[in-house]
Amino acid sequence: MRPIANTRSAAGIPTGRLAVWWVLASEIVIFGGILASYIMFRLSHGIWADYAANTNTMIGATNTFVLLTSSLAAVAAHAAAERGDGKLAARRLVYTILGGGIFLCIKSYEWYTEITHGFTISANGFWAFYYTAAGVHASHVIAGMILMAFVAKDAAKNAELHRVELVGIYWHFVDVVWIFLFPLLYIAK
Amino acid sequence: MATAEVATHHDDTRHHDEGFVKKYLWSTDHKIICFQYMITGIAMALIGGFFAYAFRMQLAFPGMEVPLWGVVTPGDYNALVTNHGTIMIFWVAMPVLIAAFGNYLIPLMIGCDDMVFPKINRLSYQIFLLSALVLISSFFVEGGAFAGAWTAYPPLSSTAEYSLTPLGSSIWLIAVALEFIAFLLGGINFITTAMNSRAPGMKLYDVPVIVWFIVIASLLFMASVGPLVAGAIMLLFDQNLGTGFFDPTRGGDPVLWQHLFWFFGHPEVYVVLLPAIGISAEIITVFARKKLFAYRTVLNTAIATGVLSFTVWAHHQFVSGIDPRMAHVFTISTLLISVPIAEMVFVYIATLYGGSITLNTPMLWALAFIGEFLIGGVTGIFLGASGSDIYFHDTYFVLAHFHYTFFPIAIIGTFAGITYWWPKMTGKMMNDTLGKIHFWGTIIPFNFIFIPLFVLGLAGQHRRIYNYENFPDLALDWMFDLRIMATVALLVMIAFQVVFFVNVFVSLRNGKKAGNNPWKANTLEWVAPSPPGHGNFEELPTVYRGPYEYSHPDREEDYWPQNEPA
Repeated sequence: MRPIANTRSAAGIPTGRLAVWWVLASEIVIFGGILASYIMFRLSHGIWADYAANTNTMIGATNTFVLLTSSLAAVAAHAAAERGDGKLAARRLVYTILGGGIFLCIKSYEWYTEITHGFTISANGFWAFYYTAAGVHASHVIAGMILMAFVAKDAAKNAELHRVELVGIYWHFVDVVWIFLFPLLYIAK
Repeated sequence: MATAEVATHHDDTRHHDEGFVKKYLWSTDHKIICFQYMITGIAMALIGGFFAYAFRMQLAFPGMEVPLWGVVTPGDYNALVTNHGTIMIFWVAMPVLIAAFGNYLIPLMIGCDDMVFPKINRLSYQIFLLSALVLISSFFVEGGAFAGAWTAYPPLSSTAEYSLTPLGSSIWLIAVALEFIAFLLGGINFITTAMNSRAPGMKLYDVPVIVWFIVIASLLFMASVGPLVAGAIMLLFDQNLGTGFFDPTRGGDPVLWQHLFWFFGHPEVYVVLLPAIGISAEIITVFARKKLFAYRTVLNTAIATGVLSFTVWAHHQFVSGIDPRMAHVFTISTLLISVPIAEMVFVYIATLYGGSITLNTPMLWALAFIGEFLIGGVTGIFLGASGSDIYFHDTYFVLAHFHYTFFPIAIIGTFAGITYWWPKMTGKMMNDTLGKIHFWGTIIPFNFIFIPLFVLGLAGQHRRIYNYENFPDLALDWMFDLRIMATVALLVMIAFQVVFFVNVFVSLRNGKKAGNNPWKANTLEWVAPSPPGHGNFEELPTVYRGPYEYSHPDREEDYWPQNEPA
């Protein structure tokens, strides 16, 4: 049984959606702290442009494509959930999870080559930010994949379908963070 | 509608007998979670208070063998002051004022049966408890607990050769990070509950001030803590992975930490202030039997305080080498924030004016809150202005100032809240005489602790010095007399806390039955039985008016409960 609290909607917005937006608001300031610090340093250290030249823009662009495509699958899953087709929604969420997995594989390969070339997290300030920002982002990708697995499991049984939308909102946020990281870390050289 | 809700509500199997673990340790009931936060917070306050006792003994009687601790070494001293500060703010003020009172009051005062996410609520307490255990564990690792001051300024905190407690530092940071996660989860629950679960008929301006303030405080916390979480990740990497975010020799900047820390650290003052000042508002209006003066203005001032609190952080950096033009801006914004706060104080005075005032224990605490906090606020002006701050910075004047703000918030505010809602929480009245003895036994020594420290600060006594005998200018006899006075007053204050615990036990065993509404208050929590069962209300209330209709001219009774039809 749910508490009455859970079924009321004085603000006119479903409680779950409201909470997800507040979670994202708190996440924005966390990433905001890292990115604002990075931008301040980047502006005052011209030499970081040279360090940034060692990142692989092609790999970054590919990963951007992969992540955006996975978000498309999340939107499609939401559409299926809206129609009440839990099975299809679950299958589409699995595609999103796969997208996250491919993203992480590409990222691992990228980091592996960079580290073997001596660009480690302690090499200099740029690389410290590079690994920290992308690492915190990657941890959000992993968390999203785990959450989506749970939601997909329920959705396949046509239960808790509204959660498909909620996890989708979260996934788009993870995407948007990457949209900020990609130009800042890869393109601005 | 309401009856349909109640019907489903009473089918709920959770209301039937549950085992001890399910009922008290693994509960999703917001009231039990309140008690868990409250008890953990008070236990941590005893630890933090004990630390204060140990280092104050060292300051008054250098080199003395302190009973229950032993000789305080310089390393001990640093660990004690660091963890006293950390514990009192993050493990006492936050859990008690925001989490405990928020948990208890929000669902009851908005007229619903629980938080919107009871399981997340439970999870938030469990993460908080874990964070407390992690913090305490740092005292038992190699090198001992973190000793780099509660602000953890790098490079002292980030570089292995300066930090004599490398493991303790990392554990401290992890504990703080876990604690933040717990309060983010809790805060989102509070905001969402207050937004969505208000009783039928309850408009935004029918919500009691304390609920508003806890919600605004949760919003402030949520919007300010992110940069510090980011900073904590960077500091952890500096300590353990060899990055140099805050190390100038590796291209970093220690002042960056100060920005990230104080961007959170100063709003944090208002995060804990708002619930405490909200508790005072509830008590003052009830025991003056008058409508809270300018209710909407109070809400607007709280919002203004919240907005302004994001523009003041760099007043902590006037001597860190920031641009003097920036110091001007931050001086102005800092002084500006005293306007809304002063406005609240005036609103309370206006509420008291012409009221029929009952001076019982909760009211004494509420009034003392205003009085003592005023001293904290006024002395803050000297520190907010960059010119005078250059002299006062890092002296005991600063220390006395922030204790005059945090003590009213964390201790006076808490006791005001506990003594006021005790009849609701337990169904029993507290003894008013014991309450008053405890009150005076706390308030008088408190002033004897910190007024001497203002004097010492003006005389140039610097913070974070272990033994003033080594500094001839600070080793004068009269200065030692003041240090001894402060320490003795602290011992007296700690001794008087026993009265409170006696009162608690006497009340629980033999206290007078309270009834549903012993104070004749209007807000919805007093409609519920005392103590409320799981699910709170026997019948979920509908709201017809604002929370502060006292001494209405057209009514015989001098109060008018929110749920009573006209």
